[in-house]
Amino acid sequence: MVVIAIFIVNSFASPYFLDAWNLSDATFNFTEKALIAFAMALVIISGEIDLSVAAIIALASTAMGYAAQFGAGTPELVAVGLGVGLLCGAFNGFLITGMGLPSIVVTIGTMSLFRGLSYVILGDKAFNGYPSDFAYFGQGYVFWVISFEFVLFAVMAVLFGILLHLTSFGRMVYAVGNNAMAARFSGIRVGRVKFLLFLMTGVMSGMAAICLTSRLGSTRPSIAFGWELEIVTMVVLGGINILGGAGTIIGVVLAAFIMGLVTFGFGLMNVPGIVMSIFIGLLLIGVIALPVLYTRLRRRFRREQVQ
Amino acid sequence: MMARIFKHREVLLFVAILLLVGAIALRFPGFVAPRNLVSIYNDTAILIILALGQAAVILSRGIDLSIAANLALSGTIAALLNVAFPDLPVIFLLMAAVVSGSVLGAINGLLVWRLSIPPIVVTLGTMTIYRGTIFLLTGGAWVNAHEMTDAFKAVPRAVVFGVPVLAWFSLGVIALMLVLFVKTRLGRAFYAVGGNPHAAVYTGISVGRTHFFAYLIAGALAGLAGYLWTARYAVAYVDIANGFELDVVAACVIGGISIAGGAGTAIGAVLGALFLGIIKNALPVIDVSPFWQMAISGTVIIIAVAVNARSARVKGRVILKKRSMRYECQRSAPCARPTAWPGLPDGEKLGEPADRGGDRDLHRQQLRLALFP
Repeated sequence: MVVIAIFIVNSFASPYFLDAWNLSDATFNFTEKALIAFAMALVIISGEIDLSVAAIIALASTAMGYAAQFGAGTPELVAVGLGVGLLCGAFNGFLITGMGLPSIVVTIGTMSLFRGLSYVILGDKAFNGYPSDFAYFGQGYVFWVISFEFVLFAVMAVLFGILLHLTSFGRMVYAVGNNAMAARFSGIRVGRVKFLLFLMTGVMSGMAAICLTSRLGSTRPSIAFGWELEIVTMVVLGGINILGGAGTIIGVVLAAFIMGLVTFGFGLMNVPGIVMSIFIGLLLIGVIALPVLYTRLRRRFRREQVQ
Repeated sequence: MMARIFKHREVLLFVAILLLVGAIALRFPGFVAPRNLVSIYNDTAILIILALGQAAVILSRGIDLSIAANLALSGTIAALLNVAFPDLPVIFLLMAAVVSGSVLGAINGLLVWRLSIPPIVVTLGTMTIYRGTIFLLTGGAWVNAHEMTDAFKAVPRAVVFGVPVLAWFSLGVIALMLVLFVKTRLGRAFYAVGGNPHAAVYTGISVGRTHFFAYLIAGALAGLAGYLWTARYAVAYVDIANGFELDVVAACVIGGISIAGGAGTAIGAVLGALFLGIIKNALPVIDVSPFWQMAISGTVIIIAVAVNARSARVKGRVILKKRSMRYECQRSAPCARPTAWPGLPDGEKLGEPADRGGDRDLHRQQLRLALFP
């Protein structure tokens, strides 16, 4: 509903909105973030959180840039990106499930560790000698206006939807998020489920790093700065309960569209980015506050009726 | 006696800080010159003030991610007032910043209290809203040093008894928060609410109101820090103190304040902030690229939280961690008992696997036999 409303409002507000190429460009605003948001949704449903995702992007991107300097080709670069993501995810997962530490603090720590390593390697310099066919991931189009990134986004949305809603693993994620101890007593390996989720988030961050690096064509240590909060916003906006145990992938997909289209629509109207972030912040609080207010008002109304 | 002293996190951290400073001083005696120490403390003063505010929130089982945005907005408001009304006395601007910080903190608190929205969501949202508001106020322009009055900029830099006023402010806040945490009903309520909210309700504490006051205090301190920041660095724009909220949380975690609430002290938060400040200031001295700072503080956070967790393990976990039993549980089938153990010759079994209601003592005996023949 909101998506359609935004769509209509935007197309009235700016005649350029309904241009296929423009819309296609608009998808770049959110596809990379959404890739991570899918994995993050699972992590949050399981009752944890991963704030290090943007830092993983930075480290993976730095590693790819480093590899590219030694003449690594595109397949190697992809392997490096995903591999670094996997390692970072494994490190998070080990600290959180292996040592039983709270995920919010661990990932705040690894966030500055990963990005810090990227700063150590790069300093104030930048890598930009990527092979030309590497650009396909962020700039290529599969056919007409459908970009590679958008296809990847759609495929991943379906994959994660299936994983969460149609497999036993998905049910385990919900069980862990609702009551970890009860889940453990019913034979679910809580630690292993969570470890896999953090691995998954790491790999998806690596994948997002590949797309983003390829799109920008260069790597700085400040790449994707502050994305972790936007991604969490996207996930919460998508109706995932931040306390764990509830939410759907389709909600995240919608939230990704909402955020992407709002950003894009405002951009066409020359509204600066920071004002959009106010809107997103209000949306985030409003989406959660409105149902609460609504039930409260309804209860009061009913009480008055009884009297 | 010694062992008991070292059980306190604060003592450990204090010793760690002393060792760190000592090690640096061995090679660079200039590092511990009184003037340098004062300047390091002065650099850390704002972090200390914010960490104490954050400590109140984390102790009562919340988190305030908007604290740096609050600082930026309140500081910008003070700076804009200064530019618009250069005749206003500085004390008034300082009050304005504190009031604005308190209002912003109260907004967080009300959302958490009255609407029961999880703190991380509320403050994530207000963080972007507050930062966006700065843009609306300034139109994206910078408030530069030459626009501010000299009196505005002079306050934090003025030196009283050899120590800058900025540092005095933080010392004052430390004293206030120490008393608040230890001696007042509200301070003890933070611990009660963070330690066990349900128990707190039964002892007559309003959990929501306690949360509200925690955010209010964090906001007021962020406002104070906002004035100090804009005056000290003589600039105000949208991105000041961007990402600083994570440093603040890190200081609290390093200082031994449990992110799950209910455990930690004001002294811990101060020491945690000092530790970060010393590392930040020491790196250029020992000729390490400042780019290492982020990676190091990340490592320190992870180590700190690992140490915290060791001392405060959740007891319920012990039941769940009987890995040694190696029960392979299937979700549909009942638990299978182990039948073969590495100590036994090939093919020899320990007897038939019992079903779920089987004799546990017998099984334990078999286990013992298998493990210690």
